[in-house]
Amino acid sequence: MQQKDIKRLTLYLLFAPFVLWIFLLILLPHIGMVILSLREKIAPRVYEFGLGNYIDFINEPIYWNTLLRTGSMSLLVTALALIIGFPIAYYIAKIAGNRSRGGLFLLCLIPLWVSDLIRAFGWILLLRETGVISTFLLSYGIIETPIEFLYNDAAVVVGLVYTVILFMIVPLVSTLDGMDNSMIEAGYNLGGNSFTVMRRIIIPYAMPGIVSGCIVVFMLTAGSYLTPILLGGKNSSWFTEQIYDQFITRFNWESGAAFGFLLLAFTSIVIWLGLKLSGQTLANTVAKS
Amino acid sequence: MLISRKPSPFLWAYRAYVLAFFIFLAAPLVAAGTFAFNDSLFPALPWQGFTLDWFFNDTEPKLGMFHDRRLLRGLYYSFVIAGFVAALSVFVGTTNAFLFVRGDFPAKNALYILMIVPLVIPGVILGISILVLASDTANYLERTIDLELEFLRPGIFLVVLGQFSFVTTITSLVITARLKKFDASMEEAALNLGATRARVLRTITLPFLRPAMIAAGIVAFLVSFENFNTTLFLVGSEAPLTITMYDRMAKVGSTPVLNAVSFFLIIGSGALALISILVQRDKTDR
Repeated sequence: MQQKDIKRLTLYLLFAPFVLWIFLLILLPHIGMVILSLREKIAPRVYEFGLGNYIDFINEPIYWNTLLRTGSMSLLVTALALIIGFPIAYYIAKIAGNRSRGGLFLLCLIPLWVSDLIRAFGWILLLRETGVISTFLLSYGIIETPIEFLYNDAAVVVGLVYTVILFMIVPLVSTLDGMDNSMIEAGYNLGGNSFTVMRRIIIPYAMPGIVSGCIVVFMLTAGSYLTPILLGGKNSSWFTEQIYDQFITRFNWESGAAFGFLLLAFTSIVIWLGLKLSGQTLANTVAKS
Repeated sequence: MLISRKPSPFLWAYRAYVLAFFIFLAAPLVAAGTFAFNDSLFPALPWQGFTLDWFFNDTEPKLGMFHDRRLLRGLYYSFVIAGFVAALSVFVGTTNAFLFVRGDFPAKNALYILMIVPLVIPGVILGISILVLASDTANYLERTIDLELEFLRPGIFLVVLGQFSFVTTITSLVITARLKKFDASMEEAALNLGATRARVLRTITLPFLRPAMIAAGIVAFLVSFENFNTTLFLVGSEAPLTITMYDRMAKVGSTPVLNAVSFFLIIGSGALALISILVQRDKTDR
């Protein structure tokens, strides 16, 4: 009997940090944010319960255009990261020799921890009018006058793909690494060509890794702040910028909270759809990477 | 194999692509790091010669990073914050690992999902939601019982909480994966030989988990150090390095001292990342 009590006590003790963390830092703040977003300011220090902040969002095309733009560009970045990253992951996991495999994987893991700020800074130095690429092309006479490569959508997309692509490659390498080569050989022996083997064997096997990479990459992109601002300039119109603007610049927390909730709802819906369409769950994708 | 072992034109093209990718990966980091050594007032070509002034010089206009008070203070706050975040998140990550690997309780799967969720919430939203809750609590206490709780206002405490809120998911996953590999018969053997539960935990289970705990701690430290999105909303007057650098970039414009800091951080985080990988690798190949 005493043994059982000790077990139960241990369980409670282990539960305490988990509950404090999830309840106080995740659930409660988000509930608070939703409640705040439903508060309308009708006069200084006078508030009313209502959907006013969300109605403002719908009535102001700049706001929902920004959200749509952020969403569609994030999907583009996710797709690009997958298309560019999959061959790299496949090379590291299946084609590179035993010795170079570890080294290549290490080369992918180390830049993962360099701050977004430094990566964006590096791109600024490369792409701006007085930057490395422009100066280089100028000195070889390929262009006549310096070119500004920054402050356009292409620069933002390149910078974002760069920032997030390793979060795509690393889970893909882990999944592909666990795949038995004989499965691929069997596919060939049964008469499949490269395309069929890829479509019927490799991609289905790598699905948890693909989904996991896509979820993390999409979320990081949609929630990114530094890269769009620094590489896209004042007109990058990223949704996180609107949230910052409402919160810090205009001090309109009610509407900022509504925007925050909209971004959260939007990314959650996309992630949920992605999981449903690919038949995966959060536990067997993100948790494993 | 998908590609035959014989060197075909396709394989060469494939290799060229991989090489191009790694150049793409390295280019901005090389650019950010290299200009730290250029003897010029602007981080741009042409190359004016090698210098270490942007690290060690002590006078304007070429004030080196190790003499720049504001940058050093940012570095210091970053270290303090990252240290707290790493310690806290490894502790809670370890208890979470025991909870989910050993514990048996209702709704375990749902709670496990809840544990992963912070990783897929955009950092900006974690920042504002914690800011809102802390400020509301502080305002409420001030209004009703006239109690001013300074730590609930933006500052180091909130930054630590904000980063801790999602870093803990990472540490929990790393330590859980390790604990799952643990062979329970080792504990049973020790118990049969008369060891107490506390002793078994101290001499067998925790040493087994140590590599994962160290690796998780390093990762937590690095994630905290480089975090910007969550920190941006919770920061008070004690700004960590990423915030200080961003301010400098936005207000003063970039000077090579920022390259010096970048170089320092790239080398530092690269070395730490390497250590965290090596620590885990040694022990997993049992």
